[in-house]
Amino acid sequence: MTDALNAAGIRADARRERGMLAALAIPSFLILGTLLFVPVGWLFFLSVFGDSGFTLENYTRMVVEPAYASVFLTTFELSGLVTVLAVFLGYPLSYMIALLPPRAASVCLTLVLVPFWTALLVRTYAWLVLLQRRGVVNSLLMNWGVISEPLALVYNFTGTAIGMLHIMIPFLVLPLYANMRAIDRVYVRAAASLGASPTSAFWRVYLPLSLPGLAAGTVMVFVICLGFYVTPQFLGGGRVTTISMKIQSNVATYFDWGAASALGVALLIITAAVFWAFSRLLPLRRLTEIGDA
Amino acid sequence: MIEDHVPVRSRLWLFLTGGLVIAFLIVPVLIVIPISFSSSTLLEFPPRAYSLRWYRALLGSLEWRDAAWMSVKVAVLTTLVATPVGTAAAYGLHVGGFKAAGILRLLILAPLLVPVILTAIGIFYLYALLGLNNTLVGLVLAHTMLALPFVVLSVAAGLRSYDMAQERVARSLGANWFRAFRSVTLPQIRLPVLSGALLAFISSFDEVIVAFFISGGEMATLPRRMFSALRDQIEPTIAAISTILVVLSVATVAVVEVMRRPRRPD
Repeated sequence: MTDALNAAGIRADARRERGMLAALAIPSFLILGTLLFVPVGWLFFLSVFGDSGFTLENYTRMVVEPAYASVFLTTFELSGLVTVLAVFLGYPLSYMIALLPPRAASVCLTLVLVPFWTALLVRTYAWLVLLQRRGVVNSLLMNWGVISEPLALVYNFTGTAIGMLHIMIPFLVLPLYANMRAIDRVYVRAAASLGASPTSAFWRVYLPLSLPGLAAGTVMVFVICLGFYVTPQFLGGGRVTTISMKIQSNVATYFDWGAASALGVALLIITAAVFWAFSRLLPLRRLTEIGDA
Repeated sequence: MIEDHVPVRSRLWLFLTGGLVIAFLIVPVLIVIPISFSSSTLLEFPPRAYSLRWYRALLGSLEWRDAAWMSVKVAVLTTLVATPVGTAAAYGLHVGGFKAAGILRLLILAPLLVPVILTAIGIFYLYALLGLNNTLVGLVLAHTMLALPFVVLSVAAGLRSYDMAQERVARSLGANWFRAFRSVTLPQIRLPVLSGALLAFISSFDEVIVAFFISGGEMATLPRRMFSALRDQIEPTIAAISTILVVLSVATVAVVEVMRRPRRPD
């Protein structure tokens, strides 16, 4: 009899405790709800309800008008190019840091972290200074006699890609390096002792073991690239229009909230789809653990 | 000691590539420093003559001083709100093993996943209705929302490597829940909490896009002001601000390193 009463009491205590713990998350979700979920939900509503009721006009326009197609194409080209370059430059860098002795590795990691922590606008400004017509890169190249005419390095697609690449490399390196550091070298040595050449030991043992970090970094880079606004705005010189820039101009120039919202919703859906596709390949949990790096 | 499974030749190529990538990352950040000390309006490198002209211009400008002060206020308030709120959420979701916790953990990361431009116009629209555009409260609330994931991720990582049994022991010895948390758990997760706070501060201090929509005029933050200035001219005043911000980011990295280093054998 008392046992049953005890058990009931313990269960009630456990329930109360769970309730209290859940309550701790309430302030966070109040802030997220009011400032993110409600406004984004409202924008979704604006994208399908015009002055004359329900309409898909804002979405069909995206498919029909060639201007929109070119915005989507530019965004994907930029994101794809920057992601591929980030992988090809970031992988050797991470691998190098993983091979270095601890002190040298921590110096290199610091050199990766300083630009990572530096304000976005500072880096954008630095690239303007470097890449302009009479900027640092062009004057050095001309002084050395490599070129006779300044190259068009900025206010175009090239400059935008360079600036974005600079921002994205640390996003690839940090999760990838965290993954590489955890790889037990015993496997690579075992492959070598079984007769694998260094090249095949790398391709068949080391690379597969580093794939989770590489995949997590790649999806981060690609998804962040899709939403870029500031860098193409300044380094693109009006020749590069990304989805985010189109959203901004729809609101600020044309006051067309429906069109802007529809484009924003499309961007959100694409982002979510990329994450979903990647989460089929690797547990999404890895992404939330990037903070550990 | 460098591992011997990478042959010398490939290692040479690897280190050459890695070194060049590091140069690509660090040179643009450092290039603003000599330019900020130039005496000319032209962006020459290396500058022909050095001066403090642009720093004087910066300090003499009420606009830049106001913007810097605004940014500091917003970032400090954001950190003060986001850190306890995010820590509470991370703790609640970690300890309370309720069914929805997994989904809630993912939802709390939403500010990182939703494209910022969408968030920005959404908040702008909401604030237009509430009259919160161009207010300190509005900026702090928006930045708090954007900073929450950083705090939650950092604290959750700390809690994963913390043994909850210690808190239960404290409570079985008579400490109430709050006391057990404050005197047993919190001291042991203080570094993740602090690095979460630092991330919150930086994320607010650097934030451009939301500030671009919801702040302006006298309420403009430093990045907001830089955004407008960059559109008009790229004279060395911005190099001077940039240099100050680069020094801040180097200091931040140093602080994070120092926070990580002293690992007592406990």
